[in-house]
Amino acid sequence: MEAKTARTLLVDALLGGLVAAAMALPMLGVRLEDSANGLSLSGRLDWVAWAVGIVAGGRLLIGLLRLLLAGRVPSPPAPPRAVMAYVGWAMVAFALVLPFLPFSGRNLVDKATLVLIYVMLGWGLNIVVGLAGLLDLGFVAFYAVGAYSYALLSQTFGLSFWVCLPLAGLLAATFGMILGFPVLRLRGDYIAIVTMGLGEIIRVVLQNWQDVTGGPNGISGIERPSLFGLSFKMVPPEGKQTFAEFFGLEYSADHRVIFLYFLILALALLTNLFTLRIRRLPVGRAWEALREDEIACRSLGINPTLVKLSAFATGAMFAGFAGSFFATRQGFISPESFTFIESAVILAIVVLGGMGSQIGIVLAALLLVGLPEWFRELQQFRMLAFGGAMVLIMLWKPSGLLSTREPTIRLKDTS
Amino acid sequence: MEYFLQQLINGLTLGAIYGLVALGYTMVYGVLGMINFAHGTIYMVGAFISLITFLVATTVLGTSVPLALVLTLFAAMGLTALWGWTAERVAYRPLRSAPRLAPLISAIGVSIMLQNFVAQAQGARAKPLPPVIKGGVTLMDSGDFVVSLSWMQIIIMAMTLALMAVFTWVITRTALGRAQRACEQDMKMASLLGIDVDRVISTTFVIGAGLAGVAGMMVTLYYGVIDFYIGFLAGIKAFTAAVLGGIGSLPGAMLGGLLIGLIEAFWSAYFSIEYKDVATFSILVAVLVFRPTGLLGQPDVEKI
Repeated sequence: MEAKTARTLLVDALLGGLVAAAMALPMLGVRLEDSANGLSLSGRLDWVAWAVGIVAGGRLLIGLLRLLLAGRVPSPPAPPRAVMAYVGWAMVAFALVLPFLPFSGRNLVDKATLVLIYVMLGWGLNIVVGLAGLLDLGFVAFYAVGAYSYALLSQTFGLSFWVCLPLAGLLAATFGMILGFPVLRLRGDYIAIVTMGLGEIIRVVLQNWQDVTGGPNGISGIERPSLFGLSFKMVPPEGKQTFAEFFGLEYSADHRVIFLYFLILALALLTNLFTLRIRRLPVGRAWEALREDEIACRSLGINPTLVKLSAFATGAMFAGFAGSFFATRQGFISPESFTFIESAVILAIVVLGGMGSQIGIVLAALLLVGLPEWFRELQQFRMLAFGGAMVLIMLWKPSGLLSTREPTIRLKDTS
Repeated sequence: MEYFLQQLINGLTLGAIYGLVALGYTMVYGVLGMINFAHGTIYMVGAFISLITFLVATTVLGTSVPLALVLTLFAAMGLTALWGWTAERVAYRPLRSAPRLAPLISAIGVSIMLQNFVAQAQGARAKPLPPVIKGGVTLMDSGDFVVSLSWMQIIIMAMTLALMAVFTWVITRTALGRAQRACEQDMKMASLLGIDVDRVISTTFVIGAGLAGVAGMMVTLYYGVIDFYIGFLAGIKAFTAAVLGGIGSLPGAMLGGLLIGLIEAFWSAYFSIEYKDVATFSILVAVLVFRPTGLLGQPDVEKI
């Protein structure tokens, strides 16, 4: 028995190595060099040897581990709901004090802001994907609509960030309704592909509508936000005070970074609160019911198109908020920030987090957006590792990191 | 008129390539009900494999061009199929009983990974290949506009037709095709009747990736320039083609591919080249709204 398993393991590893050799031979074994007259080739067979070694060794190792660990590792029980609530509060508290911790600096707060943007987008998309069960692969379109709405409204009419924020959300939601209306009568996977197409359409339009959107050059010099009229600039605009002057502080560029951090934290928490509350309202329950069984819902008098549309528009609205925040943070937007890969990242965050789990989304955002930020030096391998992580997490936990689904509402035990 | 005819030829050539890629989408969807997101990237890998094999064959091995092309064809088909097989084996098979979204996310991950792998291994710059098969026949010459049909276009259309014929034969006449169709109808029942479902699914991916590999080879030779990003848009368009023709329907995929190719060619020629992708997607949306099952798809009757 033992000998046989050892043999199968070895054969398995060898076969794996063989497949790897065939796959790697053209892709790794030959390097295309750009030269003056087209392309020239250079051999790189050592890389093939490495690839074969890694694959064969890896297969052997995995096989051995499987054999040794078979049935020994019990999966840890899911943490109960009460514990998760505490974890949530602890996270919020940590997020609130983060900028003032001794080890934090401008860099860290900036990265945390980026992660929070994705957390907010994840929570927004969670309404569409996690609650209503509509697979949306074009979420970034609404993010783009929000960003461009703010940029254009502020530059054309000189409106402030605080006026534009709700307007951007409203516009994004309207877009969600216009785009969603033809789409939402479709069955599951078609929605995915059509939303992806719509996302691309919006990007192409942004890219080519030179007069309004500035085309590929984008829009620059977007107005930064102010706190109740207090500017964060070094020199305040005519008749305004700066934040530092008002509070008698020394001017520091960090103030704006920290302000932006708290702004996105507030926006993200608002999204979270909204989601948690609306799940208890009839419309939220209708979303979840629709995800579970559309036919049952129809027979109970729920209008699927309207209910789906409301979820779609709500998610779009939060993407619009996040978009205008993005625009004001960057000060510059171009269609390049709104490619399909962004939609994929956001969807990955929602699914990896365990659909419907708010804390799971935070974890996934930290893992997928935060972690790679620390490896900026390895820039070129970042996306490679990102793709790999997506596959590995799915293989490890196919229903997401935190996937216990508690019923939103229970009948009280009266006995 | 001459201009129209030329665009018709260009569109059909493009459509043949889309159609070959679309077959892979529609087959996988038919069997697994899953959007194989990485399929466009597999096609891109096929293009790179062909480019590299062709260059190795002509410069290192010193074979003549026709022999090199034959070698490239087999390498593109075989090795791309191997990539497709591996992707299925590693990233999709363990997720067969997982929630519906898990394989989709995994496929997106594979797609991102492969794209960046190619960009790292072969450089992110576009790779040019000087025209291999030059010349063609002049169909019409009205003095100021010449309608020509290049040899390359003839080869692409002829090869697509040949592949389609072989493919149709495999699906309709062989035991393998029968098993494949059985799995498409009811996977559980098929496995009860002794069909090795895992093998059928593997074969599906292998055939799909092989066809995508050929498409990659043809696009490399036809346009003469490829980069690591070509898989994304081509993938979406091929999927659009599959949906347009009715997903799950094999002739539908080919028809959809041809239509998408024609739409793209005519739109670029008569309206604006910037908005050609918008045209494609708008048509996708329109088709889905008015005829959600596609042109040749069977309506999906929902039973309770």
